[in-house]
Amino acid sequence: MSLALDKPRSPRRPSARRSNGELYSWLFMRLSGLLLVILVLGHLFIMNILDGGIHRINFGFVAGRWASPFWQFWDLAMLWLAQIHGGNGVRTIINDYARKDATRFWLKMLLYVSMVLIISLGTFVIFTFDPNISN
Amino acid sequence: MTSAGAPERSGTTRGGGTLYRGDLGMWSWVAHRITGVLTFFFLFTHVLDTALVRVSPNAYDAVIETYKNPIVNLFEVGLVGAVLYHALNGIRVMLVDFWEKGAKYQRAMLWTVLGVWIAVMIPGAYFMLVRTISELVGGH
Repeated sequence: MSLALDKPRSPRRPSARRSNGELYSWLFMRLSGLLLVILVLGHLFIMNILDGGIHRINFGFVAGRWASPFWQFWDLAMLWLAQIHGGNGVRTIINDYARKDATRFWLKMLLYVSMVLIISLGTFVIFTFDPNISN
Repeated sequence: MTSAGAPERSGTTRGGGTLYRGDLGMWSWVAHRITGVLTFFFLFTHVLDTALVRVSPNAYDAVIETYKNPIVNLFEVGLVGAVLYHALNGIRVMLVDFWEKGAKYQRAMLWTVLGVWIAVMIPGAYFMLVRTISELVGGH
């Protein structure tokens, strides 16, 4: 361990303004990423590659899968984790590349609205799915 | 705002240290961002199309039919390739962050990522495209 010394003339930030938000965001990306590797690659393998892939997918196929609580939970977990993981990634990218504060603010608002919309809609669909809905 | 991303150097020494910025490692980071954003945009569309199961079986089947189109089939291979790269490189990033020898082997791990990606994508692309190609060639 080297001796901890402040760099000369480095501005002291008031401790009240510091938060661990970005640390938790960084940690969340790694933990959710680990789960998403299994959830998403499993999803892609089953849906796109196995047994004819996408050509066998229709309403009946979805109804068959969501008859099982296991796949309902799988899809619900994947929806929430992927939206928050992806949304957090896009938030970082907006922070990096937006040049004006107003642009940064409105892009992030658009992002947050789309995340709430997609998570709500997806959750609603998984919980209220009706296999006997009429054509 | 500071850039939350690529470490400038993976090595610690000045002269003999391996450069990250401008080198292969930087491009792995660029590709990670691009594949991530593309996947996020697709996810937006994908939740909307799947939500049609709540409208009617016919509405859902109609939109799923567009995914079986030969051109969209190529995009499907692209999507799986993008997600697979993002997943494999994400594991590499985690190893760089949490494994004590991660930074030392980041370059070797990147070649491993690309090797595994090719090894999975060749059979993967075959299974995704075989039906479309046989229909286009055989006409049935």
